[in-house]
Amino acid sequence: MKGMWRRAAGRLTRLGQEMKRHRVSYCFMAPYLVLFFVFTVIPVITAIYLSFTYFNVLEPPRWIGWSNYRLLFLEDDVFLIALKNTLVFAVIAGPVGYIASFMLAWLINQLRFRAAYTLAFYVPSITSGIAMAVVWMYFFSSDRLGLINYVLINLGIINEPVLWLHDKDTILPVIIIVSLWMSMGAGFLAFVAGLKNVPDELYEAGKMDGIRNKLEEMWLITVPLMKPQLLFGAVMAVVGSFQVFGVAMQLAGFPSPLYAGHTILTHLHDYAFIRYEMGYASAISVVLFAITFGLSRIFMKVFSTHGDY
Amino acid sequence: MAALRRKKRFPRHRRLKWGRVMLYVFMTAVAAFMAMPIIYLVSSAFKPIEELFVFPPRFFVQHPTTRNFVELLLAVSGSSVPFSRFAFNSVFVSSVTVLGSVVLSSMAAYPLAKHRFPGKDLIFLGIVSALMFAPEVTQIPRYLVVNKLGLIDTYGALIIPNLAGALGLFLTKQFLEQIPGVLLEAARVDGASEWTVFTKVIMPIIKPACATVAMLVFVAAWNDTFSPLVFTRSEAMKTLPLAVQTVAGGPGVVARTGAVMAASFVLTMPTIVVFLLLQRLVLETMVHSGIKA
Repeated sequence: MKGMWRRAAGRLTRLGQEMKRHRVSYCFMAPYLVLFFVFTVIPVITAIYLSFTYFNVLEPPRWIGWSNYRLLFLEDDVFLIALKNTLVFAVIAGPVGYIASFMLAWLINQLRFRAAYTLAFYVPSITSGIAMAVVWMYFFSSDRLGLINYVLINLGIINEPVLWLHDKDTILPVIIIVSLWMSMGAGFLAFVAGLKNVPDELYEAGKMDGIRNKLEEMWLITVPLMKPQLLFGAVMAVVGSFQVFGVAMQLAGFPSPLYAGHTILTHLHDYAFIRYEMGYASAISVVLFAITFGLSRIFMKVFSTHGDY
Repeated sequence: MAALRRKKRFPRHRRLKWGRVMLYVFMTAVAAFMAMPIIYLVSSAFKPIEELFVFPPRFFVQHPTTRNFVELLLAVSGSSVPFSRFAFNSVFVSSVTVLGSVVLSSMAAYPLAKHRFPGKDLIFLGIVSALMFAPEVTQIPRYLVVNKLGLIDTYGALIIPNLAGALGLFLTKQFLEQIPGVLLEAARVDGASEWTVFTKVIMPIIKPACATVAMLVFVAAWNDTFSPLVFTRSEAMKTLPLAVQTVAGGPGVVARTGAVMAASFVLTMPTIVVFLLLQRLVLETMVHSGIKA
């Protein structure tokens, strides 16, 4: 027992000496780390703690166990709608946006004028949702003046204008389309940059080894080499596809007709900053955390480079 | 022999070229389709009022005018806060956030990529983990912290919480990692302090990474609606996105369409210009963006 303590103490002293020797390293990181702790690490822990409490900002938080979660999943119908909308959105927009990003980056890599194509596809992702809302309002306007209704009526596809942003069946599809338009973000840039860096010799070697066409080449040479970038893109896509908030609020309004455009983040914002039910809202954010973090971890397994050469 | 080979290759070469042309046509069509909403925005910002409400709807402007921009300045000048104040807030907050983020993430990336010290792997694991969940998770505690620090309704509230982003540090660290250590050793042998190594050797090398952090942080700060919405109370502290929303008057309001178009134009262009300027450096950095798991 005594020996164990002494060994532990010895290890601590050595760690202390090590840390002291590297104090310059810590000094360099200190400003970043302090802010990172205050605004990211501690908030995640606090959110988890608050999700088990009743907290309205005025009184100190009161521990209520699993109540918030029980309420959330068993009694809050609006949350279940929000969860369903978010999942439908993520399941469609996530993979489609991800695959489209990679395919477009791959096609761009075969062409000249790469910079121009990259610019055209990337720019939508850095536009402000609020600024573009005015454009979507015109494109998806519910009367004959709306561009899409006008085109569709002229082509004879529909007779009556579609109420794109007022009909509960078309709100979510419109949000998905607009989000897909904005989905070529940092992941897409990583693909473009990574593809350009695959050495030509490897493709030459592949041809010698009997690779017949471009698709085989992509699957057997490009994809394995791009695993780290593909993982980065996947993480960006997961996080991005659960962030439908701005677009949804702008297009569908808040609250949207029959909650057709209601998402987890809309629900979170509603309870946190309109009703000030911070405990309950924290439970919502913990659910969001569990989903996004869990999915990202799964992708880490999928794109693992362990055992690769 | 050579002639024979050329003869054989020629038809194949041609077929390939046709495929290329089709690919160019296809990609250009997709790119044009993607650009449509932005072209419409730019075009409409310069439309006189008659053209905005014409039927059948017209995509391109025919008699460009800058009247919408004048109207935008007037539209908000009726209220207590002039439009220029929102623009100043946006420019100020974004620039300080960019500057701070670039300095902080460069400084933190240096030891993380080039030193060995206890806790290094744990810290990097924390950064990568922070990439992996929606940052909205931390909204509530962030609000509580900002509130506790007495920052509500100050520029600090719009800037400080956004300084230590995970993506910026991650990209800078990855970029720096592939720089050979020999360069640093040479400087150290010459007796340079770590700070000198950082400012004289590291900073010039990681310029592309800094440009990337600057671009990403600028876009995020410029388009940020959460911070001004939740952390500010008075009109005078709001930034452009909220001002545009005010001018627009919420979903479905038709009034002042010209001014809204002009405001949306002002809100959109800076991010595009910044990316255009830094595109080459950004792509240079993104080569190293991969996560090795």
